[in-house]
Amino acid sequence: MEVLGQQLFNGLTIGSIYSLVALGLTLVYGILHIPNFAHGALYMMGGYITFTMMTVVGVHYWLAIFVSVVVVGLLGVLMERIVFHPLRDAPPIHDKIAAIGVLLFLEALAQWIWGADYQSLPTPYGQVVNLFGLTVTLQRVLIVVAAVLAMILLNLFLKKTFTGASIIAMSQNREGAHLVGINTNKVAMLTFMISGGLAAIAASLSAPINLVFPGMGHLVILKAFVIIILGGMGSIPGAILGGYILGFSESLGATYLSNDYKDIIAFVLLVIILTVKPTGLFARGGH
Amino acid sequence: MSVLLNRRTVVTGLILFAVLFPFVTRNDYVIHIMTLSFIWMIGVYGLNLLAGYTGYLSLAHAGFFAVGAYSLGLLTVEAGVNFWLALILACLFTGILGFLIGMIALRTREHFFAIYTLCVGYIIYLVIYKWDGLTGGVRGLIGIPAPSNIGPISFTSSISQYFLVLFFLLLTIFFIYRIVHSLTGRTFMAIRNSEDLALTLGISTMKNKLVSFVLSTIFAGLAGALYAGFVRFIGPDIGYITITFDLLIYLLIGGIGTMSGPIVGTLLIVWLSQYLQFLQDYRMLVFGPLLAFLIIFYPWGIVGIFQQWKQKRQARKARSIHQEENRKDEVELDAGVSADQEQVREG
Amino acid sequence: MFLQTKGLTKQFGGLVAVNKVDFTVEKGKINAIIGPNGAGKTTFFNLISGFHPPSAGQVIFKGRDITHLPPDQIARLGIARTFQTTHLFEQSTVLDNVIVGHRLRTSSTLWDAIFRTARHQREEKQCRDKALDVLDFVGLTDAADRLVAGLTQEAKKRAAFALALATDPEVVFLDEPAAGVNPDETDGLAELIRKMVERGVTVCLIEHKMQMIMNLADKIMVLNFGEKIAEGTPHEIMNNEDVIRAYLGGNAIA
Ligand SMILES: Nc1ncnc2c1ncn2[C@@H]1O[C@H](COP(=O)(O)OP(=O)(O)OP(=O)(O)O)[C@@H](O)[C@H]1O
Ligand SMILES: [Mg+2]
Repeated sequence: MEVLGQQLFNGLTIGSIYSLVALGLTLVYGILHIPNFAHGALYMMGGYITFTMMTVVGVHYWLAIFVSVVVVGLLGVLMERIVFHPLRDAPPIHDKIAAIGVLLFLEALAQWIWGADYQSLPTPYGQVVNLFGLTVTLQRVLIVVAAVLAMILLNLFLKKTFTGASIIAMSQNREGAHLVGINTNKVAMLTFMISGGLAAIAASLSAPINLVFPGMGHLVILKAFVIIILGGMGSIPGAILGGYILGFSESLGATYLSNDYKDIIAFVLLVIILTVKPTGLFARGGH
Repeated sequence: MSVLLNRRTVVTGLILFAVLFPFVTRNDYVIHIMTLSFIWMIGVYGLNLLAGYTGYLSLAHAGFFAVGAYSLGLLTVEAGVNFWLALILACLFTGILGFLIGMIALRTREHFFAIYTLCVGYIIYLVIYKWDGLTGGVRGLIGIPAPSNIGPISFTSSISQYFLVLFFLLLTIFFIYRIVHSLTGRTFMAIRNSEDLALTLGISTMKNKLVSFVLSTIFAGLAGALYAGFVRFIGPDIGYITITFDLLIYLLIGGIGTMSGPIVGTLLIVWLSQYLQFLQDYRMLVFGPLLAFLIIFYPWGIVGIFQQWKQKRQARKARSIHQEENRKDEVELDAGVSADQEQVREG
Repeated sequence: MFLQTKGLTKQFGGLVAVNKVDFTVEKGKINAIIGPNGAGKTTFFNLISGFHPPSAGQVIFKGRDITHLPPDQIARLGIARTFQTTHLFEQSTVLDNVIVGHRLRTSSTLWDAIFRTARHQREEKQCRDKALDVLDFVGLTDAADRLVAGLTQEAKKRAAFALALATDPEVVFLDEPAAGVNPDETDGLAELIRKMVERGVTVCLIEHKMQMIMNLADKIMVLNFGEKIAEGTPHEIMNNEDVIRAYLGGNAIA
């Protein structure tokens, strides 16, 4: 029972991170219909910027996260302007490959600036606490709380503000949104900003329990893709739910199946989904 | 006719150059790098058949490359199979795996296909990495034998290996050229341009995509097997996504969906990397933006730029003299090349 | 009975795009389907050509139930179609576009391609000849070597016809063949459609241009909200109360 509780809590922690990353990915997909392969690089940059702010500049964890969110958000906007916007009418293979170009660039950049070594992010919340009979580090509690908070805020923003509503409108119908006078350019940039910001939060929260290194985004982004296919490409609740489903499956799989192969779970899941339903779960329309 | 002759001259010239190359440089290191780039080219041609001519962007090709390499490695090292038999078996095995994966993967389209193959590639990598008992895991596989002698010919010197790989490269190009310039190739391109239209034209898209996919994986497997026999040591890294990206960069920079793109792109980037050695791990600082830039402004790579320029020049010439004759030449020359550039514009 | 649908129905979620449609395409005639935007005309074509599996009902072609056949097999039986947007490959020549249209009548394999067998040579020539033949038929011989991107809308429509004809069809379904084409050219296309029927190809077309339809069609079916509301000769349709009502507020019959 003790082990199970511990694993469930672990699943909750990992799931929170996955959900945040998948949310950013699904928002961008909803708006621009591109799978942003460079999203993992934004995640990685988020980790490094928080790391630098804390160790080099010496600011507090939360302030560091804030700076990271802003910087990576702007990086996202830059990416949209320089790469995806010019490619919006290009053949379907091209935007994916350009995204890969950006990914490679950012990873090399990180390695150049920060080196290839694994760095550990110091956290002011390393202490162990007792939560409903489970001993867990405060950082893990924090991950869950902060992630949920971020999701609630995002939801409020999308539902309650005009700008948020226009993002939703545009993801449902691009031409329609353009017709009713929504500035689709602005919305696209904003979406990339949010997407980058979410990635930065996720990376900064998870960095203390994982590590910071140039390739840290690889696995996460792959899994985020699995999640949004699981939850329906472009669907916000789907991304959150899918994130937690994967988080739980992994932490339980690691205990009861094999720790070595826990990273495969996501991909096997995807292979199964797409085998049964080639257009993904909850696909809209056909020809 | 002069244009056609021209092309033949160029091809003959290139082959002649490739054959004379090792005798001209006599530098073992240079020959080594050239041999490696030929191996990459074989993989890039495979990828080109699928992504460039059939319109399916596979991100699993490093995985198939690794499957070919490990099949050869394990067969020769662990099972003591003769190199040549192992080479054939490695291609066969990669092809069978490609067939099984293709059956499922090809039911998906566009983004889903890219993501699906990305995951397949990752699974292959993880299996190689974690299956210590079979593959040696992180330690890799050492002591892969060089190609065994064929009669009096031995493949121990770098020059003989160079020619061996060159032979397979020419074979690959010959196959791909024949396929692209045939009804089968037209069928692939029809699928790339619009799968729905292809279906209404009575083309069994699934069957054709599968043929293209399997061929493409076999070429990747062949490249991998040759790599294993050439470098003699392999680790799980050869199956990692970065290798897929490398292949894609070669293809994109050269020109996706063109016959000569893989050669141009691979040679350019491999040699440029040599000159940028001081950058080492940071070469992507240059190539990443280069790739993105090229995609945005020159979606059909260097060969695409050249073809555009040629087309413009020919159009100008055609306008001034002998309209009819020139056009005929152009069509003959570019029967596949103009088709080369067809890309799906609608999403 | 040449081609017949029985109770053909298609639901997308809650929306019934095609609702229990019984229709017969008459051999050697020009059959037309009209109806306001979103009436389900294209969906009806998609059901016949196998692109969507119907929710209910049947499609019978020459006595054979083809309801659940995949699109490529339906094409091989001699049912061709064009799309509302032409789907041609803009960056390649008209000829290159059309050659592949005859591929379904050939059997060359990968083996033939690589070894350039006699069969491959023969079939390649066969495809090319067929392409030249249909291009001549639609009046595009001169444009054969031009890039599709440089063609007028009307020429693109003709090229799309040629592509459909290259499959050696018994019946072609044309989805809005005259959309985006000026009145003079519309007459030209109508002429071409008549010529197709003379050549022995049955035609079934969707069109919004009423004048064209009324002059051209032997028989018209009217769809509205997925349901067949009328069927008959142009004269009958023009005087049908239901049809006039369905079109009120939309584009009235000219
Ligand atoms: N793949 C699909 N998924 C969901 N709904 C669809 C799909 N295809 C068509 N529809 C819906 O079915 C209805 C009929 O569409 P259809 O394209 O058949 O109309 P149409 O008569 O061809 O119209 P138009 O004259 O504008 O071409 C529309 O409401 C459309 O939105
Ligand atoms: Mg329609």
